[in-house]
Parts: sequence; structure tokens; C-alpha cells
Amino acid sequence: MKTLTTKLFATVGLGTVLLLGGCEMPPPESTQWGYRGTGMEGLYNPDTLNELDANNIVPEALPAVPAVGPKSKDVYQNVQVLGDLSVGEFTRLMAAITEWVSPEEGCNYCHVAGEGFAADTLYTKKVARVMIQMTQNANENWSQHVGGAGVTCYTCHRGKNVPEYVWNINPGHKVAGGMKNQMQNVSSVAAGLSSLPVDPFTPYLLDARNGRHAGTTALRDEGGVSLKESEWGYSLMMHFSSALGVNCTYCHNSRAFSRWEESSPQRVTAWHGIRMVREMNNDYVDPTTDWLPPHRLGKLGDAQKVNCETCHQGAYKPLLGANMIKDYPNLARLAQPEPEAPAEEASEMPEASDMADMATGGDQ
Amino acid sequence: MSMMSFERKYRVRGGTLLGGDLFDFWVGPFYVGFFGITTLFFAVTGTALIFYGAALGDTWNIWRINIAPPDLSYGLGLAPLREGGLWQIITICATGAFVSWILRQVEISRKLGMGLHVPFAFSFAVLAYVTLVIIRPMLLGAWGHGFPYGIMSHLDWVSNVGYQFLHFHYNPAHMLAVTFFFTTALALSMHGSLILMATNPREGETVKTGEHENTYFRDDIGYSIGALGIHRLGMFVAVSAAFWSAVCIVISGPFWTRGWPEWWNWWLTLPIWY
Repeated sequence: MKTLTTKLFATVGLGTVLLLGGCEMPPPESTQWGYRGTGMEGLYNPDTLNELDANNIVPEALPAVPAVGPKSKDVYQNVQVLGDLSVGEFTRLMAAITEWVSPEEGCNYCHVAGEGFAADTLYTKKVARVMIQMTQNANENWSQHVGGAGVTCYTCHRGKNVPEYVWNINPGHKVAGGMKNQMQNVSSVAAGLSSLPVDPFTPYLLDARNGRHAGTTALRDEGGVSLKESEWGYSLMMHFSSALGVNCTYCHNSRAFSRWEESSPQRVTAWHGIRMVREMNNDYVDPTTDWLPPHRLGKLGDAQKVNCETCHQGAYKPLLGANMIKDYPNLARLAQPEPEAPAEEASEMPEASDMADMATGGDQ
Repeated sequence: MSMMSFERKYRVRGGTLLGGDLFDFWVGPFYVGFFGITTLFFAVTGTALIFYGAALGDTWNIWRINIAPPDLSYGLGLAPLREGGLWQIITICATGAFVSWILRQVEISRKLGMGLHVPFAFSFAVLAYVTLVIIRPMLLGAWGHGFPYGIMSHLDWVSNVGYQFLHFHYNPAHMLAVTFFFTTALALSMHGSLILMATNPREGETVKTGEHENTYFRDDIGYSIGALGIHRLGMFVAVSAAFWSAVCIVISGPFWTRGWPEWWNWWLTLPIWY
């Protein structure tokens, strides 16, 4: 009996050591998101938070230059989206983009040396043009999601040619002959290593599917979604969580996930975010598919697309909420359509056309 | 309340842990003792405070009465009565009452010269409660991490805390606890039904003994654990259920802050896959 007891204690001791070996040590940092006692709160390992701080340092802005002098479209050729900038502003933005996107390759990442700046020889230059428009559109038309901080190229690129976190349509893993690929029940990176569906992005961030899975009646009425489709939604939510470094209770009171009345304001921001990302993928990323080189395409030949993690990269707000747009106001709005009026009246025009834009409505 | 004829024989003096002979008496069928007094004190005080808290709240709907812990900002300090202080005092009362009840069981066991199996087993249920409202909040650094006292509100808390870790079913200790709970139910139902089929025969049949019971299970599954063994097993699985419940919540937060699915990454990165 005594030997048995000794062995038992040894086993329990060893088990405890093994269990704790794979764990973190208390106390974590905690933050409250809901009314006290609701359990809506976030828990963070201080080491993870320090790492997050270190990964989200905003590079110092280049010295501002006045918006006076000749416009870039009058000095350079083939300036399609930044033509209204002064030459000084234009040059500053080009320098900033180089630092944000191709710090090692420099100007030659988009421009071929000796060929002049005007040529669209390299696909990277054409992509840059589309991405600038995408950024301007996000800042101008999606203030419900990016408002207050704005986005620049750096928000996603962080010094890399292609942002670290992008996605392609996932055709799923290989399965044995005669078996159907369930597109789930394997460890899904997209879904935070759970066994939820492997590609929650295509239905929601490319296709315009709604995640309305909760019934509105006690018994399921007609026109609902299948259990399988609900799991896509859960999978997307797992992506949200890992992309933002938050848990479900950041947006939801889990007693009633679907009820807006019981959700936090962040959920509204996320709702707009889904639609913003969907527009980015459909209107900006997808059209580049035709002329991208094969090594930039996924297994199904689609371009690398945007999801929450592309910008957020583990932070509840990209770059921990730093205001990115104040130093680069040229990225804050889309280029104005060419004014009909003579050039000297051009300075008056943007406001008027802006009003017209608002009246005819964007995607808001 | 009258005593059964043999009962007086067991109403013996002594065995108390505290208070000597002072509280060594019975009220009706109940042994009192020092810890009977403290149980009563804590239980009455705590219940009265729950009524007070309910009166301060906005509903008398039994399902919706809610006495919530303080905001996290109070840390491990005291909170004003209406902002969680009440919860703190009720927690002290509940813990006091539960621990008193354990110690009263110990006194009764000692008085009868028996083992301490019952207080030992019951203490695991109390451990689970204490883990939720004292140990885990202390490890996390704020009383606000405890669960609120209310029928629906504590269920909502359970739900949200589960979702703090994205998918709580991936918690390995939760898996063990759930398995032990189900096993406890299985073992109890098998044992209970076996005893009934042996000792409660239909009219005209004779009562069977342990030989029948053992033979039944040998025929059925090839093995009978025996009369003493089934109770050891029962206590083990039941105590384990409570123990792993306590473990599964105390590791969630203090020892793991991310989603539980992610914890299993050690499995996915084992070198055997390459």
C-alpha cells in the first residue's frame, strides 16, 4: 500500500509538471468588456502584450512638404491616381511607399532602371496603383471601420513586398478516392487550429454570404441555413478572434450571439469591416488576377486576398490604433474625377464633386 | 422527534474538533457541534444578504435575480456593497458554511470512530466552488473574475467564460471532467440497478446476495469489481469529476490565456508527423 501511495504521488507530481510545462504562468493581464459578472473580458499574457507592442511600432513619418507647386501629372507622365499631388508631395509619398513595401529592392521593385518612371512594365507597379486606390477608398468610404486611424500601405505591408497575412481560395486537402472532401474536420489554420471549416473566407469575404445562423423562432422556420453553413460562420469568427487577438466576448454576449442589443459596439465596426474587406477583394484584388504572374496566384489561380489579419496582425486595432493617415493625407481620399472647368478653378472643384459623390451615394 | 431504539447507543460524547463539550449535543435528529453553529450562522447570514441583494436589484423574478461580483478595477480589494461588496460577503458566508459543513462531517465521523471518506469526498465539491470564486480570482488578480450569484446570470457567465477561450471543449481538463461526470452516472446507474435486481425481487422470489451480483457481472462483462470495489470506484470517479472540473477552470486564465484549440498545437507539431 505504501509503495502504491508513493507511486501515486510520483505519477500525480509528474503529471502536474508536464501539464504546467505546456502552460503559461499567472497572473495574466485582464480587461473587462461587459457589465461586471457577465464574464465578458479578455485575458492576456504580459509577454504576448510586450511582443504585440514590439510588432506594432509605427515608422517615423517623412518630413511633410507643402502642397504647392506644379502637380505631378503635369510634370510626370502616366500618373493615374496621384496626379493631383504636388511634385513634392508625390515624391514624398513614393519615398514612403518604398520604405513601407520594398525597403530592400527600392524604386526598382516597381520601376525598371533606365526605362523611365512612366512605363507600366512591371506588374508590381500596376498592383501598387490598384492598392493605392484601394487604400484611398477604404479611408474615404469606410470610416465606420477605419475611421479615426485610417490605413496606409504600412498598415498591411510592414516592410514586406506582400503583406504577411493574405489568403487564397482553399480547395481543401486530398482525400481518399470515393470520399467527399468535407472541407473541415482537419486542423484548420484559418479557424485557430480548431477542426472547423478550412476556408471560411470565400463564403463571407469574397462571396456576399450573410452569417445569420441563429433562428428567430423557437422551432426552425424555413429558409434557414444548414448546420454545416453555420460552422463556416464559426470558423470565420475563429479567424476574427485570432486576427484581432480577442475572444468571442469582445463583440458578443454569448448568451445571445445574434442580438445586437446585447453586443458591444465593436461588433458594429466588425460588421462594416466584413463589407469593406469584401469590396477590397472583389473590386480591387480580384481584377488583378488577369495580369499577375503565376507565382503570385493560389492553387486555383486566384490573387492573394485580404482578411482581417492582413491589417490587424493580432492587434485589436491595426498598429494598436495609431493614427496612420494624419501624416499622409494624400491617401485619405480617392483621386477626384478630372474637372471639366478650366485649370485655375480646379482648386474649388473637389469640394463640390465631393458633395455630389455623397449625394449619389457610395457603398455606405 | 423520537429516536430509534438503537440510536441512543451511538449518541456518544467526544470526537469534537473545537468547542469541547460546549456544543456537543443534538437538536432533534441533527448533531450540532461548533461547526453546526457556524454553518447555521453563515448560511442564515448569506441567505439574508442574497435577499438584500435581490431587494436592491430590479427584479424579484427568481430566474433573473443577480448579485454580481465587483468590476475588475477593484482588483483584490473590497468593493462598495452595491457594486460587488455584497457578492464578496456572500462568498465569505458561502465558503464559511461549506467548510463548516465539512468539519461537522469530520466531527460526526470521529464521534462514530469511522473513516473520513464522506468529508473527504464532499470537500471536492467545495474545492470546485472555492476554485471558482476564490482561488482563480486570486490568481487572476481580481474578485471580478468570480461568477455572479443568480440562476440565469451564472449560466450566462459560464457561457461567456467558455467563449473567452474560443472553444472550451478543447480544454483537456474539461474533457477529463466531462468524461468522469458521465462515467459517474454510468457507474451509479449500473450499481443501483444491480442492487435493485438482487435485493428487490418480485413477489415470490427470494432476495439474492453478493454471489448473484458478482455472477451477473462476470457473465455480462467477464469481471465483477466486487461489493467494496464498486464503492471505491464510485468514489474515485465522482471525486475525479469534481477535481478535474476545478482543474479545468483554474487553468483557464491563470495558466492559459489563448483559445483552447490552439493549446493542442503541441500535438500538431510533434516530430512524428515529419
